[in-house]
Amino acid sequence: MNSFVSLCRRLRGQAPRAAFVLLAFGIGSAAMAATPPQDGTTPGVPDTMQQRVAACTSCHGAHGEGSADNVAIPRLAGKPVGYLMQQLEYFQTGQRRHAPMEYVVRQLSPAYLRDIAAYFAQQDVPYRRQPVPAVSAETLRRGEQLVLRGDSTRGVPSCVSCHGAKLTGVEPMMPGLMGLSYDYLNTQLVSWRTRQRAAEGPYCMGVVANRMRESDIAAVSAWLAGQEPPADMHPVAASAHTEPLPGWCVMGKSGAGQ
Amino acid sequence: MKWWRRGWWVPALLLVAVLGWWYVGHGQPTASPAQREADAAALRDPALIARGEYLATVGDCAACHTARDGQRYAGGRSLGTPFGDVPAPNITPDPDTGIGRWSFDDFWRALHEGKGRQGELLYPVFSYTSFTKVSRDDALSIFAYLKSLPPVHRPDTELGLGFPYNVRSSLVAWRALYFKPGEFKPDPAKPPEWNRGAYLVQGLGHCNECHTMRDSLGGIAPERHLTGGQIPQLDWYAPDLSTQAGGGLDGWLAQDIVDLLKTGQSAKGTAFGPMADVVRLSTQHMSDADLQAVAVYLQSLPPRPQPAPALFTQAASHEHGGQLYAQRCADCHGKDGRGVAGVYPPLDGNTSVTEPTGINAIRSVLLGGFAPVTAGNPQPYSMPPFAQQLSDADVAAVVGYIRQSWSNKAAAVQPADVGNYRNTPVD
Repeated sequence: MNSFVSLCRRLRGQAPRAAFVLLAFGIGSAAMAATPPQDGTTPGVPDTMQQRVAACTSCHGAHGEGSADNVAIPRLAGKPVGYLMQQLEYFQTGQRRHAPMEYVVRQLSPAYLRDIAAYFAQQDVPYRRQPVPAVSAETLRRGEQLVLRGDSTRGVPSCVSCHGAKLTGVEPMMPGLMGLSYDYLNTQLVSWRTRQRAAEGPYCMGVVANRMRESDIAAVSAWLAGQEPPADMHPVAASAHTEPLPGWCVMGKSGAGQ
Repeated sequence: MKWWRRGWWVPALLLVAVLGWWYVGHGQPTASPAQREADAAALRDPALIARGEYLATVGDCAACHTARDGQRYAGGRSLGTPFGDVPAPNITPDPDTGIGRWSFDDFWRALHEGKGRQGELLYPVFSYTSFTKVSRDDALSIFAYLKSLPPVHRPDTELGLGFPYNVRSSLVAWRALYFKPGEFKPDPAKPPEWNRGAYLVQGLGHCNECHTMRDSLGGIAPERHLTGGQIPQLDWYAPDLSTQAGGGLDGWLAQDIVDLLKTGQSAKGTAFGPMADVVRLSTQHMSDADLQAVAVYLQSLPPRPQPAPALFTQAASHEHGGQLYAQRCADCHGKDGRGVAGVYPPLDGNTSVTEPTGINAIRSVLLGGFAPVTAGNPQPYSMPPFAQQLSDADVAAVVGYIRQSWSNKAAAVQPADVGNYRNTPVD
C-alpha cells in the first residue's frame, strides 16, 4: 500500500511528549547559525530545516521517527523522497484526506514541499518494534500468503512484487511496508478502499485493496506488523527492482477501470 | 397573534418574485454584432492582457473560481454561506461552460451590476458589492485576460441553496437593502496614493467582504466597513483594519502592512488561515506602489471606540495557562510574548490574539501551520498543531492566558468554545 511508508514503529510505552522534548532540545542546542537572541528573553532561532518544520515534528518526531503515543501517526524518516513529496501534494489537492495535514501543508510551495520531503527522507534513525495484535495462526498464514505470493484467484498481486523483496520500498516512489503499525496499515488499506486515499493513477492500491476481503486486510496488516524489520531499512535503488508496476494497474483517479 | 410573524415572508417573497420577474424580463440589453467584433479585436492586445492578469491577481479571482485540485479559473469551488453553498462558475473562455460567448458588456454587467448574461441576479457571494467600484478600464483588462486563458470545459455545479434562497428574484429585496452600483469616485481632496489605496481596498481587493461583520441577511452596513467580523462558514475572525487607537491594527506602521501583504509576515503579526491564502495567491504579487497605497489608505481609517476595560476579568485557569505557555509556547513566542522578529510573531498586542471572539487564537493553537510561502519568505517557519496534544480545557487555558497577559486585555475563552472549533472543516 502505498501508503505510508514507513512505519511508525514506536513502542506504546514511550514517554509521551518525546517528540516535544526532542524539539525543545533541538531549539536549545541550536543557537548557532541563527537569529541572535533579541533581548535576552527570546532564544535564538536555528536557521535549520528541523527548526522550520516544527509543525511536522511535533507529531512525527524531531527526525520523523513517528509518534510514540499514536500509532496512527507514521514514521517519515528514510522514506523515498518522491513518495513523501507526492503524499504532501496529495494532502494539498485533497486526494489524501486528513484535516490536520491538509491545513499544515496548505500554504507551501512545490519547492518547499520538496525541501521538506528531502529532509525527512534523509533522516536515518532506528526503528522500533510495533505492537502486534493477537491473531490466529491461520490469519497470519493468510497474511503471509498475500504478502509474499498474492492470491491469483482474487487478482491480488503480492506486496513484494512492488514494495521490494524485503518490503523496505523502492526508490523513488514506492514506500516500504516494514516497521509500520497494524493500526496504520489497516487504516490505510481501508482508506484506499473508501478513497480517503487516492493517487493520480495508476491507481494500483485502490484496485488491490478493493479486491481484498476485509479479513485479508487485517491478515496482511497483522503479518506485516509482526515482522522483525531487516537491519537495512533503506529503500532499494530503482535499478534493483526489476518488475515495473503491473500492466493491469491502469485505473485513473476517477476509479473507473478494472 | 404570531401567525403573521412566522409567515411574513410569504407575501413579501411573492411581491419580490413578481417584481423580480418584471425586472429580469425588462432589464437586458444586448450588444450589437459590430460592437462584439470591435471588442474581440481590442481584447487581443498583449499589454491589455498582461495588465488584466495583474488585476485579476489583485482581485484574487482564482481563489474562488478554482476548485481544489482543479484548473485555474475553471470554477467548481463550493463557496459556503449561511444560506447554502454556491459553486463558483467556470470563467475560462469555454463557449459552452465558461464565458466564451460573453461580450465585455456582459462581463461589465456581472461585475458592476451583479447580473448574469441572461440578466439573472447573481448571488452576492460573488462580491459585486465591492467589484461595482472597479473601473471600466480595469474590468476590460481583466476580461481580456480571462478571454486569453485556455478554455476549460467544465459544466457548472448545481446550486446548493434551499428555498427561499434559490429563488433568484428574492435578491431584488437584498439588493435594495445592501447594493449600490457605482464606480469608485476619487476624493479630490485626497492625494492620488490614498485614492489608489481606497480603490484597491474597497473595490478590486474586496477587503470588506471578510473584514466586516455581516448581519443576519448576509449584508454589510456601510458604517461598519472594515471594522472586522467573523467570516461566515470559515470560522475565522477577520480583524478591524484601522491602525489608530482602538483599531484592530492599532500601532501598525505602513511598513508593517506592506510587509504582511508582501511576505506573509511583519513585525506585528503573521498571516494565517484565509489571509495566508490571500497573501500567497494575491497580495504578494502586488506592486510596491499598490501595497504602499493600500497601507496609506488603511492608515487613514478613523480610530475605533475602545472596549470597556470593566469587562476584563482574569480567567480562573490563568495559572494553568501560564504553565502551558511556558512549556509549549515560550520557546518561540518568548516569555514576554514578543516573538522573534522575522520568524515568530509577537502575541503581545497582536490583534489575532485579542480579537473579540478568540477564534483565531483557538484555531491557531489547534491547527498550527506554516506562514504562507512567498518570494520574500520561501521557507517559512511553522507552529506545531496542538489539537492532538492538548485537551479543550488546556487550549482554553493557554489561549486565555495569552489573551490576558502583557498588554493584552481580551476576554477569556471557554473549553466549549475550543470544542466547537476543534473539528471545523479546514477547506
